[in-house]
Amino acid sequence: MEGELAHIGAGLAAIGSGAAAIGVGHVAGNFLAGALRNPSAAAGQTATLFIGIAFAEALGIFSFLVALLLMFAV
Amino acid sequence: MADDAKGGGGLEFHPMDQFIVKPLFGDVGDPVHWYTITNATLWLALAVLAIIGLMVLTTSKRAVVPGRGQSIAELMYGFVYKMVEDVTGKDGIKYFPYIMTLFMFILCANFLGLIPMSFTTTSHIAVTAILGFGVFFAVTILGFVKNGASFLGLFWVSSAPLPLRPVLAIIEIISYFVRPVSHSIRLAGNMMAGHAVLKVFAGFAQVAAIAPVAIIGVMAIYGLEVLVSAIQAYVFTILTCVYLKDALHPHH
Repeated sequence: MEGELAHIGAGLAAIGSGAAAIGVGHVAGNFLAGALRNPSAAAGQTATLFIGIAFAEALGIFSFLVALLLMFAV
Repeated sequence: MADDAKGGGGLEFHPMDQFIVKPLFGDVGDPVHWYTITNATLWLALAVLAIIGLMVLTTSKRAVVPGRGQSIAELMYGFVYKMVEDVTGKDGIKYFPYIMTLFMFILCANFLGLIPMSFTTTSHIAVTAILGFGVFFAVTILGFVKNGASFLGLFWVSSAPLPLRPVLAIIEIISYFVRPVSHSIRLAGNMMAGHAVLKVFAGFAQVAAIAPVAIIGVMAIYGLEVLVSAIQAYVFTILTCVYLKDALHPHH
């Protein structure tokens, strides 16, 4: 029974990757909106874009880790 | 689980089988000691050899007009150099060799892991945690050596209103100590998830009805993985630069 519950928990943890997708899309979409208004300033901000995406993505990766732990470690 | 991994005859396999560390010599079930030569050892060594081939052998002639190999090496050098200069500032150039090493190692390990039937060393948290915690300890020690006790000013946000500062300090301290964890798990998680998805799609190809879709899907995801490999190496390096900047200039 516990093993089945762990699988359900792993599936629930996968919701976190969807949330991370919203975050990454938000960062990239807002960057694009700003970049199209002022294309000359966009090139200098790509590093900031990737840092923002990385931070937004990290929490989604944590949920993936939780799912992995439930599947293989618990 | 381990028994299904051998024999690429299109039999049933588990998507996570590709991440099993196996001894190179001897049977699959043999115990792995710290000195055992495993497939992880092999592919880590190959990553180092690839870097030597790319960066040392191609530039050994020091041609004024660079050839193909030397052009690639020079472009990578210039790319990382500019990144360190832009993010960390002029005084971060001193630590450029460390950051260049990190970038080249992660890039080569990621790309070598994309070769079919190879082993992705950076998909293991054991590998990336060494890199991530190495950066964390290096940056923390450097911060204290360079700034002394005023490095703690990193946690005391002087631009915020005074009543808020203790709360912000707690948040800053937590986020500082989560850094090495997220730094290493981001790389390992991205690599592991991408490669597992590749294998899952490859598993769909066994069913004849959806095989064409699955094969096109594998190709598309493989292309995405090439992109992710390069971007994750870039992200790891640029976050190292950001942490280094915090250590050199701790005041907000």
